[in-house]
Amino acid sequence: MPTDLHNNQAPSENPFGEEATATALLRFATAGSVDDGKSTLVGRLLHDSKSVLADQLEAVERVSLSRGQEAPDLALLTDGLRAEREQGITIDVAYRYFATPRRRFILADTPGHVQYTRNMVTGASTAELAVVLVDARNGVVEQTRRHAAVAALLRVPHVVLAVNKMDLVEYAEPVFAAIAKEFTAYAASLGVEDVVAVPISALAGDNVVEPSAHMDWYGGPTLLEHLETVPVGSDPSEEPARFPVQYVIRPQSADFPDYRGYAGQLASGVLRTGDTVTVLPSGHVTTVAGIDALGKETDIAWAPQSVTVRLAEDIDVSRGDLIAAGSVPTPTKDVAATVCHLHERPLRAGDKVLLKHTTRTVRALVKEISYRIDIDSLEQRSGAEGLSVNDIGHVVLRTAEPLSLDDYTDNRRTGSFLLIDPADGTTLTAGMAGEAFDTVALEAADEEDWV
Amino acid sequence: MTTATHTLLDTAENPYALSHLDALEAESVHIFREVAGEFERPVILFSGGKDSIVMLHLALKAFWPAPVPFALLHVDTGHNFPEVLDYRDRAVARHNLRLHVAHVQDFIDDGRLRERPDGLRNPLQTVPLLDGIEQGKFDAVFGGGRRDEEKARAKERVFSLRDEFGAWDPRRQRPELWSLYNGKHAVGEHVRVFPLSNWTELDVWQYIERERIELPEIYYAHEREVFARNGMWLTAGEWGGPKETETVERRLVRYRTVGDMSCTGAVDSDAATIGDVIAEIAASRLTERGATRADDKVSEAAMEDRKREGYF
Repeated sequence: MPTDLHNNQAPSENPFGEEATATALLRFATAGSVDDGKSTLVGRLLHDSKSVLADQLEAVERVSLSRGQEAPDLALLTDGLRAEREQGITIDVAYRYFATPRRRFILADTPGHVQYTRNMVTGASTAELAVVLVDARNGVVEQTRRHAAVAALLRVPHVVLAVNKMDLVEYAEPVFAAIAKEFTAYAASLGVEDVVAVPISALAGDNVVEPSAHMDWYGGPTLLEHLETVPVGSDPSEEPARFPVQYVIRPQSADFPDYRGYAGQLASGVLRTGDTVTVLPSGHVTTVAGIDALGKETDIAWAPQSVTVRLAEDIDVSRGDLIAAGSVPTPTKDVAATVCHLHERPLRAGDKVLLKHTTRTVRALVKEISYRIDIDSLEQRSGAEGLSVNDIGHVVLRTAEPLSLDDYTDNRRTGSFLLIDPADGTTLTAGMAGEAFDTVALEAADEEDWV
Repeated sequence: MTTATHTLLDTAENPYALSHLDALEAESVHIFREVAGEFERPVILFSGGKDSIVMLHLALKAFWPAPVPFALLHVDTGHNFPEVLDYRDRAVARHNLRLHVAHVQDFIDDGRLRERPDGLRNPLQTVPLLDGIEQGKFDAVFGGGRRDEEKARAKERVFSLRDEFGAWDPRRQRPELWSLYNGKHAVGEHVRVFPLSNWTELDVWQYIERERIELPEIYYAHEREVFARNGMWLTAGEWGGPKETETVERRLVRYRTVGDMSCTGAVDSDAATIGDVIAEIAASRLTERGATRADDKVSEAAMEDRKREGYF
């Protein structure tokens, strides 16, 4: 074990220290157009949680003043690039960080314009919670349904409906109740299990961080309170173990002449020393001889820890392989998947691409573009010529080497992949193995197709 | 009106819950290993500042018990703090690493760079950095940049493609989804990799405390000869300060960031231990860069503009 990294203080039994801090991390995404007040909401969250420091606020005040605005425009806190400031729009996902004593937050701030579906997909891919913003005056509109659909598609476990601008509807409960009911029913039909609706005014600060004095009828949490208390992470003991091998560690040093460890990050589940595991795609079955957790031997590891696994038998395992336990996927060269196309260059049947799945990159052929999904109606538009930027659709791929894929529904890490242009390395498409939505929604869409 | 169905375990009762530092550490280690698996010649940019020290610590953990499979690259502005250079050399020796140094002074001496009238050398780093990357044929360059540092950096990717001129184009960035990082690049291009993207200044300090990581002493309160310029305490030295109108005094100070002496300011502080520093940062009403960096104040988009030129 290493005893001397950078330590110059009193040596302890554990060279890496292990005083766990209780603070957990929540990754969440926001969706909503500029008109819904998303930038103001994000600014309000940062400002009211005291995450904006004096020099940042001073800069915002200075710019607001120079533009002739009386009050500091909190939206300026989040519009970082020159083009965004000039045009007053948000052109790309930005990541914001703030903390309360209860939790650390990573916010994927995603622009919600129609043409930026890919940005919400990007932000939602790592989010455990999505905040969908609606304007209380307009209620659930096409864009709201689109945001709910993307959250459902990306399997974001928790969705919050923030009904904004309650100050402009006289803080009326029936307005909120009707919107919340409609949205919750729609989200449930998409398979979203956890929806919480909060009536807010981002501009006035109602129910964002502080409870509103104008809405006595609302008994639920403020937005921040909900973000602080929503359960994060899943229970890894209920999932099969998935460990994509990233890198083989072989020191071949005097101290470790025979060490051979497989470095990776657990995508799901729990691994213990002594567990029977299958190495894919070879199918070789062996046992876990030992686990090293970044310099310290341990007998258990779980997702999403990065560890190094040693196996009982000296078999051929390399980057791109999957060490799996429990029910293991059957390696396949035929991949059916729902995809979101990310690039201006369209994706067409016959295209030769690279496919990156966990730690394995293989050549792949786009055999078929089965259908495009109209994200507003969830209807399948068949006979798609190809997928354009921001399109969501279903494709069939053939890969040069077998992949150990899970359904995205079951596993967001081992069910997801990227398509890459082999010519210049451009990231073209985000893929999710399996069908897009729960059967309920698909059946509904099918029926409409038959009409 | 809420319809919560909480099927998941709460943090307090979930034995598998990870603290935010454990989650960030696992993610950063994953990034280091992805680069080791995908690139031919990665290098770690090492300034001797706390972020690059934490990066090195994470790399050591990621590949244990094997050595770190990357060399270090340091851009020496010629105005570095001696304590930092000393730390750098000790770290290299202790972990048996290879160190490449690109000297700004060499470029000034042979005319490829000209000293600026304001004496700032931080902006001059870009040319030697790109030259160092080209000379070393490095295809992946680890940087300690964090998205919380600055609003242009909030848009930075973990894997950030740079063209043959080292330039960053925010409109040409690749979307980054899940933990699937795309490292494909053409010959001559390289990828800047930021394993600490999702860390904040406070996370870095909490991690330094938890892991008991040694830092150069200038991060802790000490008495130092300084003088005031543009609202910051600068260290007196051969680099060009103080001017006749500026007076040197001895003050109890510490540094929040470590960069070139000409533009890195100290803050008044009596924080002598890691615990003191964390308490001080948690209570501070100024960002790290707002408090101590002169070069970011040049214009509204100073950082964005420098990144476009190839700076970190």
